[in-house]
Amino acid sequence: MTRLLKVDDLTTRLCDGASIVDGISFEIAAGETFALLGESGCGKSMTALSLLKLLPDGVENSAGEIRLGEIALDRLSEREMRDIRGGRMAMIFQEPGLSLNPVMTVGEQIAEVLALHKDMVGDAALVRSIELLSQVGIPDAARRAHEYPFRMSGGMKQRVMIAMALAGEPKLLIADEPTTALDVTIQAQVLQLLRETQQKSGMAMLLITHDLGVVAENAHRVGVMYAGQIVEQATREQLFAKPLHPYTQKLFAALPDAQRSGQALAAIPGSVPPLGSVTQGCRFAPRCNRAWGLCHEQTPELTTVDGRGVRCHLYVGNEDRGDGIERGQQDSEGSVQPCAIRESRSAILEVDDLKVYFPIRKGLLQREVGQVKAVDGVSLSIPQGSTLALVGESGCGKTTLGKALLRLNQPTSGSVRFEGELLQGDAHRNRMQMVFQDPYASLNPKMRVAEILEEGMAALLIGNDSTERQSYIDELLDKVGLARDSKWRYPHEFSGGQRQRIAIARALAVSPKLLICDEPTSALDVSVQAQILNLLKSLQQELGLSYLFITHNLAVVEYLAQEVCVMYLGRIVERGTTREVMRAPKHPYTQALLSAVPRIDGAGKEYVRLEGELPSPANPPIGCHFAPRCPQAMSVCAKRFPDMTYVGEVTHGVCCHLFPSEPN
Amino acid sequence: MIAYLIRRILYAIPILIGVNLLTFALFFVVNTPDDMARMQLGIKRVTPEAIDKWKQQRGYDKPLFLNTAADSAGTFTDTIFWNKSASMFVFDFGYSDDGRSISHEITQRMGPSLAIALPTFLIGLVVYVSFALLMTLFRATALDMAGVALCVFLMSISGLFYIIGGQFLVSKLWHLVPISGYIGGMDSFKFVVLPIIIGVVGGIGSSSRWYRTIFLDEISKDYVRTARAKGLSELRVLFTHVLKNAMIPILTGVVVVIPLLFMGSLLTESFFGIPGLGSYTIDAINAQDFSVVRSMVFLGSVLYIAGLILTDISYTVVDPRVKLS
Amino acid sequence: MSFIPVVLWSDALVFLLVGVIVMAALYIRKREHLMLPWKRVARSNVALVSMLVLSVFLVIGLLDTLHYRAALPQSSNGEKVYSPEVLSAFDTLVGPLRTRTEKTYSAPFALHLYAKESMTDAQGNVVREYPRLQYGGVHLAHESQRNMDVLKRVANGGVVGFLFGCLLAWLLGRRVPRLPVQIALVVFATLAGAGIDLANAYHVLGTDKVGQDVLYLSLKSIRTGLIIGTLTTLVTLPLALFLGVAAGYFRGWVDDVIQYIYTVLSSIPSVLLIAAAVLMMQVTIDTHPEWFDTSAARADMRLVALCLILGLTSWTGLCRLLRGETLKLREMEYIQAAQAFGVSSMRILSRHIMPNVMHIILIALVMDFSALVLAEAVLSYVGVGVDPSMISFGTMINGARLEMGREPMVWWSLASAFVFMLILVLAANLLADAVRDAFDPRLNRTEGKA
Repeated sequence: MTRLLKVDDLTTRLCDGASIVDGISFEIAAGETFALLGESGCGKSMTALSLLKLLPDGVENSAGEIRLGEIALDRLSEREMRDIRGGRMAMIFQEPGLSLNPVMTVGEQIAEVLALHKDMVGDAALVRSIELLSQVGIPDAARRAHEYPFRMSGGMKQRVMIAMALAGEPKLLIADEPTTALDVTIQAQVLQLLRETQQKSGMAMLLITHDLGVVAENAHRVGVMYAGQIVEQATREQLFAKPLHPYTQKLFAALPDAQRSGQALAAIPGSVPPLGSVTQGCRFAPRCNRAWGLCHEQTPELTTVDGRGVRCHLYVGNEDRGDGIERGQQDSEGSVQPCAIRESRSAILEVDDLKVYFPIRKGLLQREVGQVKAVDGVSLSIPQGSTLALVGESGCGKTTLGKALLRLNQPTSGSVRFEGELLQGDAHRNRMQMVFQDPYASLNPKMRVAEILEEGMAALLIGNDSTERQSYIDELLDKVGLARDSKWRYPHEFSGGQRQRIAIARALAVSPKLLICDEPTSALDVSVQAQILNLLKSLQQELGLSYLFITHNLAVVEYLAQEVCVMYLGRIVERGTTREVMRAPKHPYTQALLSAVPRIDGAGKEYVRLEGELPSPANPPIGCHFAPRCPQAMSVCAKRFPDMTYVGEVTHGVCCHLFPSEPN
Repeated sequence: MIAYLIRRILYAIPILIGVNLLTFALFFVVNTPDDMARMQLGIKRVTPEAIDKWKQQRGYDKPLFLNTAADSAGTFTDTIFWNKSASMFVFDFGYSDDGRSISHEITQRMGPSLAIALPTFLIGLVVYVSFALLMTLFRATALDMAGVALCVFLMSISGLFYIIGGQFLVSKLWHLVPISGYIGGMDSFKFVVLPIIIGVVGGIGSSSRWYRTIFLDEISKDYVRTARAKGLSELRVLFTHVLKNAMIPILTGVVVVIPLLFMGSLLTESFFGIPGLGSYTIDAINAQDFSVVRSMVFLGSVLYIAGLILTDISYTVVDPRVKLS
Repeated sequence: MSFIPVVLWSDALVFLLVGVIVMAALYIRKREHLMLPWKRVARSNVALVSMLVLSVFLVIGLLDTLHYRAALPQSSNGEKVYSPEVLSAFDTLVGPLRTRTEKTYSAPFALHLYAKESMTDAQGNVVREYPRLQYGGVHLAHESQRNMDVLKRVANGGVVGFLFGCLLAWLLGRRVPRLPVQIALVVFATLAGAGIDLANAYHVLGTDKVGQDVLYLSLKSIRTGLIIGTLTTLVTLPLALFLGVAAGYFRGWVDDVIQYIYTVLSSIPSVLLIAAAVLMMQVTIDTHPEWFDTSAARADMRLVALCLILGLTSWTGLCRLLRGETLKLREMEYIQAAQAFGVSSMRILSRHIMPNVMHIILIALVMDFSALVLAEAVLSYVGVGVDPSMISFGTMINGARLEMGREPMVWWSLASAFVFMLILVLAANLLADAVRDAFDPRLNRTEGKA
């Protein structure tokens, strides 16, 4: 294959001198996908923007050579560079919702590229735009071309972005976290589209992602980035067979899955160093359990081992020192006993036919013309001391359900029993608490940690006086693994993972028996996610907590939960033990969901490709909500919502006409 | 759309009633008509007869809200509130202290006011937006810094200085145009050109800086990066992408003042002797002619509400996401 | 005692405001995260120089706020009698500047009046001549010495001021070595030194119609400007904060009512609303002369009332801003976390929402300050500003405007009023910019995302 892009010693700095990208070199061949893998803040997006010379104000390229084919990009003037952008090299971004101009039709936005790089204007451009739109799988493209982006869903917008990128027939496509903002089923669609397009056009792709699964399914070669440097470079097969760099090894080990549900995950202690803070030695050394003196003193060079590159002192002159680490076996933070299956436990929480409707008002007098049925008759129960995972894509109502349990939303109807006692009003707030999704938004930036933790206790009259509460706060901080003196500090002094620990401590401050965790790790990096999951698991052991774990991340479910409920458009469509639902899913939606998750083992998987997207809960389809997208839909599906039937074990329920209730 | 407009207009009614009650309270409850009469006639040596005569001449000799002496309908209608306030809803403004019909004055004076205010507004908008675009194009360079510094300097100067300084320089030293005055028709050009220029210059500082902030806000958004990644030049990005989006916040501040242009500018008109509504208002304030001030307050709020409705309608033009319903 | 202190209403409110600011400063000093944005402000040289200028203005304004009435030499029935004239510490400090009044206009540094008068000369003939000033440059033996004397005084005063400035700059430099600020300090002291020396002998900025020194008038106007710019916020702030936050947090009918009130208020063009309110206030004051024992008290009441009216008509903008921000904040997860604990609404408002909208309030207040100072001049011109007897930039401009048509032109009081106002407003605007940059979270785009 011919070499298309060659990046040599690329360095990008902030104006004050802190380097964001530090001496990166890689090559991409035509038709190849090269993935840059790394956690947030490692400089991977800046690398991409450096290639296009689109760095934000205050950031500049200070060194390095970039060659695209025969052109030395670093020597081009801004005017010449404009021909490259959109023409030879195109880019798609993470947030399709923000990356399209909201006041121009998608057709116009595509036509702009055609006019610029293909000299196509007027009708020719329109025809070609429509062609491109249908090429990226947008139904009814001729009509869609005249629509504004706000009318489209996230997945559609990303398709439009891809169409726009393809319009200039680029040699290289840079995809910066193209699916991070999308749901798994949509992610699968978009990734497949990218793969197909690449096969057809033979362009090269630079795929930037933090998701090992996405890398496993899409990349030919991978560069692992850490703190501005590529620490390891290998083909996909090599990397997934045997990661060399301790950081990569840890990344693999930190991934939660079913095999490790009994043990603690190998979390990487600490967090990614801030820009420019490490000037000497290996950047990973402070978090590396295999670092020795040299690592702190001397920056390792990229060494070639077996035809792949790794930036680690372990491999300098002694190729095999990196051995002996197999995935998921090392350094557990104190071993955690496997959770025994608890069967005959009494339920701590029983929810029966809970509904949360929001009115839609319209017209002259703002009459109620309809309802958004965010949660539409959900029943579930959580056994004492166990974890129930509530799984679903965004907009399915899972967060609304969680908030309704705490009366942050007013339920429309239905009952909630806590330890058999019917809950009314707010009196149960010391028994149930919530951990929120975004640790940056869930802590008041103007309050000290001690004040944050004390607030709930004071409100619920726990502890007699301040000193008693203060000593309890110390205990709490110990429990969640934070230093006691951190209670005098403010949230902005903590990293994301530490903030989530504070949020957990806040919830625990009132000694609840049930924690509702609303995507507590989705805003965190993989390595930090593992820390939080470990913490939740050990707290469960220690305090006998029950969890309602709301998530879209199926890997976390397998690791943490004993039981699973799958939600679709306000209703539960399948429930059962984790093993039943994850290993033998019955509902077509669950099957599609599971098959859409990219797996790092990547092998032998059948896609259940889902068409279309989640309908609006204001106007759900008649009959089974899933029927319009279901590959196995029958005529009955469009008429009646199926009742829950139990298959096999009594625990495994599914709402699908494929499993008719046995007449008994 | 129609339903929306009807709702907005219906919503304007309670607002106007509120405005009306507020002005009524201000003018008749805080100080009784007796107080006002005493003030106008001179505090000392004022006889009760003189007060009564003053009140009778101006129709202030009735009860405020309820006339118990009058017959059934007159209980409400034969009151100060009904005559002086409620009548405004049909744009019946009554008579000023010197006995002229206020409605007639308003129609006469709108023309000259608009002759100044409309060109000032339009030329101003073009100048400010262009200046702001220029600063945005050269953002974070010395040119931009100088532009911002100039803006801050210009906006720190009192509006009175622009007028007095302009009159002194252009009219008194250079004798280019008359200092003040106004005649109708095409000849009015030489009278309006200076006020217009001064009006435009006086606003450069604050307006250009505001527009620059809006442009900079837009330019840091993701879709601009997309546009650049297509290979568009910075100028095209600015004019096709940023300007279109920036119109939305710009309209919020701009459209609402269009109806208010009828009211004219208080300072400019009085300095330049333009017989518009602005100088009418200022004269009324100086002469303490409360009927006129009250009418102008009401007219002003009607025009403001019209501006709000216009703003909403203009959104539907520039923002495809907005549908009035 | 040879005087009794007089506390006018505006004085009392100023003291209150100063007290609040001192308390807030002490509170902030102890809290690192609250200090942080202020440190960012202090990093800007422009902001520091502006602060220097503003603090000079502030000192003058505060000195001018300490009012008293001097005892008269005669006494009645053994009791002391006090002069009806209310003076301030500033008046005493600049003593001669206030008392040395000429007959009418005179130009800066002039030795003669602006207008000719009939005089008898040595021969006993009646001639029309420009008379010599009573105070301006009387120490000169001959008129031709004036230019030399002015230069000498500039040099003398300048050198003294320069040395004093250097001393201050050195003292400052030991704690915060910031060259631009130090240079500004030296320049400022030099100018002030030269100015003081000149003002002792001449009317540096001329005199006005009744012969009052224009420099004195300009300095006295500072207090009026500052009071309008700051006291108004005492009204605006609680109204906007309380109503805006309540509307955003409680929504429902509370929101409807508050929105209604501010739509009504903001739909009336503000100049008209202010004019109407001021006219009415004027009627009230005029019909109740018995409320005030001195004319200063009456003028002061009108000033306070003007602040009140400006406050009542200008809170809507800030209120709308705060409502919007509160609507955003109440959806934040930390508010929901507090609600999940059943924390009371009052506590959520005071602990969670108020601290997180403070930066908006601060930015709005510093931005409003300069607008209010400028508005005072316009309102006084329109005739709905401060009492005509109160010295302010507006009354100065208003008085001088009428003399525009004279030949040669009487430009000096107009020019001084504009220049003083420009310095005050420019400094305030520059500081406001720095404060906004430091406090606005949206503008902290220093770290690029990677």
